[in-house]
Amino acid sequence: MALTREQMAMRVARELEDGFYVNLGIGIPTLVANYVPDDIDVMLQSENGLLGMGRFPTEEEVDPDMINAGKQTVTARPGAAIFSSAESFAMIRGGHVDLTVLGAFEVDQHGNIASWMIPGKLIKGMGGAMDLVAGAENIICTMTHASKHGESKLLEQCTLPLTGAGCINRVLTDLAYLEIEDGAFVLKERAPGVSVEEIVEKTAGKLVVPEHVPEMVFGD
Amino acid sequence: MAGFDKRVGTYEEAMAGIESGMTVIAGGFGLCGIPENLIAEIKRRGVTDLTVYSNNCGVDGFGLGLLLEDRQIKTIHASYVGENALFEQQMLEGDIEVVLTPQGTLAEKMRAGGAGIPAFYTATGYGTPIGEGKEVREFNGRHYILEESVVGDFAIVKGWKADRYGNVVYRDTAQNFNPLAATAGKITVVEVEEIVEPGELKPDQIHTPGIYVDRIIQGSFEKRIEKRTVHQG
Repeated sequence: MALTREQMAMRVARELEDGFYVNLGIGIPTLVANYVPDDIDVMLQSENGLLGMGRFPTEEEVDPDMINAGKQTVTARPGAAIFSSAESFAMIRGGHVDLTVLGAFEVDQHGNIASWMIPGKLIKGMGGAMDLVAGAENIICTMTHASKHGESKLLEQCTLPLTGAGCINRVLTDLAYLEIEDGAFVLKERAPGVSVEEIVEKTAGKLVVPEHVPEMVFGD
Repeated sequence: MAGFDKRVGTYEEAMAGIESGMTVIAGGFGLCGIPENLIAEIKRRGVTDLTVYSNNCGVDGFGLGLLLEDRQIKTIHASYVGENALFEQQMLEGDIEVVLTPQGTLAEKMRAGGAGIPAFYTATGYGTPIGEGKEVREFNGRHYILEESVVGDFAIVKGWKADRYGNVVYRDTAQNFNPLAATAGKITVVEVEEIVEPGELKPDQIHTPGIYVDRIIQGSFEKRIEKRTVHQG
């Protein structure tokens, strides 16, 4: 069975470490915040200028001056800091954020990522994504392995305009967890009940399959 | 002794001197911390062919979206647009030129412009359509593109509190692009919720020192929320 969005978020959350500063993109990455293990502390960075993003506000707490990068109303947690957009991207570009999680349309075996523009469709913009992928050493890309029509999104070469070149080293799809090494995807884990054959079939880029590919385990 | 008194009494005075064809740098992120009354005054004046630098372009009928109604913006430099049907239509019809700019690069263009730095190298956008045609240099084995900074004829800024000297503090995430915009205007206009007596703002808590600010006006604000999201349970 392919992973649900929640399971994808749970799997990404296992990569969090105590004391990490983390930027979560829109969509599945946002859900990761719900699965931070109880025994660790992480600070969420929101690129509009908030380090230490808290939960959503109650009706009484809603404040138009407190939003996240998705423009949703939020709160700040104890220990939070608020600053300008230049400061925010200084910490992003300067490599101070420990982990970035973001979605993509395509990733290729060279670590290129395309996530912001489909030619012929309305282009809304890259927001902070280009700065995030250029600045982070440690990025996990979350996406479905293939399109609804079965076309692979893990490619030899991205076909869409890039968000960043050679910057992605880890990908979590609904079928597998992979790392990118030396111009190839390396299959590290597979979703429960998903066969190596299915992953091979749905990966268009070069794929290295180790002898043993463990199945992900999800508790309750 | 009025040399440092930056206060003006009306929005008409606040935007005096703005002309068609000028470049305007605006603070704000989404609808958070936008200089909503200064934008409304630009609309009222009817100036056209503006080049605008702002992270977003408002929504239909509010914020910079107001300036679309009479086609006052010729070119906008922004990181994310299109929360806005009128914008979409004008973009598709070629009535507005959009220069999509990565958010951090946009912020740094303003910061550098205000700091007297004409251009800077960044890895952001290298190898993407944003890097096309731009100078590339390698530092320590990594590629960077040259991005030019910006100085506006006007910068329009939303603060929380200011004193008559033009010292400004911002509130929560309404800070965003505002302090950067404030440094990068030939004429910087700041509208605030409250003008306080000198000395009320602690010198070491000032976000924007008054040296960057030309005009201060106190206004009242709608502060529209784009995506009201509340905690469940």
